[in-house]
Amino acid sequence: MKISKQEIENVARLARLNLAEQDGEKFARQLSEVLDYVDILSSVDTKGVEPTSHAIPVCNVFREDMVQPSLLPEEAVKAAPEKEDNQFIVPKVI
Amino acid sequence: MGLHTLTIARAAQMLKSGQITSVELTKAVLERIEAVEGRVKAFITTCPEKALKMAHEADRKIANGDSGPLTGIPLAVKDLFCTRDLPTTCSSRILEGFVPPYDALVVEKIVEAGAVIVGKTNMDEFAMGSTTEHSAFFPTKNPWDLSRVPGGSSGGSAAAVAADMCLGALGTDTGGSIRQPASHCSVVGLKPTYGRVSRYGMVAFASSLDQAGPLTKTVEDAAILLQAIAGHDKRDSTCINEPVPDYTAFLAGDIKGLKIGLPKEFFDIEGVDPEVAMAVEKAIETIKSLGAKTVEVELPRLRHAIAAYYIIAPAEASSNLARYDGVRYGLSSREGSSLLELFCNSRSAGFGPEVQRRILIGTYALSAGYYEAYFGKAGQVRTLLVEDFANAFSKCDVLASPVAPTPAFALNEKVDNPLTMYLADIFTIAANLAGICGISVPCGFGKGGLPIGLQIMGGHFAEPSILKVAHAFEQNSDFSGRRPKL
Repeated sequence: MKISKQEIENVARLARLNLAEQDGEKFARQLSEVLDYVDILSSVDTKGVEPTSHAIPVCNVFREDMVQPSLLPEEAVKAAPEKEDNQFIVPKVI
Repeated sequence: MGLHTLTIARAAQMLKSGQITSVELTKAVLERIEAVEGRVKAFITTCPEKALKMAHEADRKIANGDSGPLTGIPLAVKDLFCTRDLPTTCSSRILEGFVPPYDALVVEKIVEAGAVIVGKTNMDEFAMGSTTEHSAFFPTKNPWDLSRVPGGSSGGSAAAVAADMCLGALGTDTGGSIRQPASHCSVVGLKPTYGRVSRYGMVAFASSLDQAGPLTKTVEDAAILLQAIAGHDKRDSTCINEPVPDYTAFLAGDIKGLKIGLPKEFFDIEGVDPEVAMAVEKAIETIKSLGAKTVEVELPRLRHAIAAYYIIAPAEASSNLARYDGVRYGLSSREGSSLLELFCNSRSAGFGPEVQRRILIGTYALSAGYYEAYFGKAGQVRTLLVEDFANAFSKCDVLASPVAPTPAFALNEKVDNPLTMYLADIFTIAANLAGICGISVPCGFGKGGLPIGLQIMGGHFAEPSILKVAHAFEQNSDFSGRRPKL
């Protein structure tokens, strides 16, 4: 399957990545190669087969809704690139 | 022989009997790091001061008679586990300088057990790769041949153990990232059953495949280190609440009558180096001579495993790595004026090419119009593969195979050829898809002196069986005791 440069740019936009001019073509080619390879999956008969998301069946784990110790606000924002009053600073959104 | 060459089991005896102190042992390991790390480059961060502080603390515990099998033992930790007050980079620019506010569960457990942390080891960025060349900082060298890769992604951990820069190390395995570098560096590496060890505080790559496990000099040490980290943890909802047996208790005793399954498909794979095939065959002969029986089994869907894996793992990764947005921690590119620019600029500057490639594959496979054809289909094929393994394990106790088709690659050999690099994972990724456990144990050396490993795989929670077989083989061969000349 051939992925065009335009398609790869669209995927990059969805993934929030900027692609450099030369990377676009290279990634399009490499992604096409990988997709060609994974195409062997289409030959497997999977009619009526449930997909597996976890190899060991796990179900939801519940706990009581109790207040417990957790990170302090100042610890939680400690690694932030920009912060003020224990809050994260981001560019203007609206 | 310096103290740095000791195994965990032997060092623990000597510490307990007062023959050595943890400070002496830790100093010997730190001196070893000083002497060889410049050539091997296994560590991203070393923490000698912290290590000596922990060693003093361990000596106090031992003097008080309050010690366990890991008290005072110098260990290394893959730089993918969060460590409180110690940088955790995942070998990525996007996490450069990040200091986590908490410890991963496995780190918490080894610290509680009194282990000494000497440093954080290098890896492929976000564990994506099998050479450690995809580290954003520098490649690690194979201690057996410095012109070759140590394997990956836990290549720093494997190289550090092989070069005696720690007595054991923690790694993670999403598609072979513990077993394959262990094989390339002639150390023991164990990937536990999915859910055996908590993933709390482990930087997520592919959440349904990731598991933490030990890299050590011997099978006994792997059992000791696994014992320390296994068990239920309510902070990881996929961690299974299953009793943890005493793993070292299974090492003694013979393997008479045990059935070793040889998956036909594994032995038909093209491109397996003849030296690897021969070493594995000889290892299986040794195991048979100890009274085990071999039986041929089939894994008909194995040939689709790589394709399924390279949809599922990147898809999960593209979702997990969405959290790196330049807002809360890590690299943040603030020159743009909008939030969207902050996201795109930070991520593009912070992620290396292999990580970007996998995010793109994963995003594509999950995008509208392709989801069913790729992610849905891969999940169905995964179901069939799980069935294959269940059928195989109804006929045998464990499976045996090579770990990697060839010994370690030369540096730069595969760095820009992603598909051929992915294909080399054929022997290891099926275990992650099926959630089963596997161990790599040294089984030979090729002509160039490059190590070769034997893989023993077991069903869900069959760690006792794989440890037992690996240990019996190790005791009847002489590969584990060898060390590279550095």
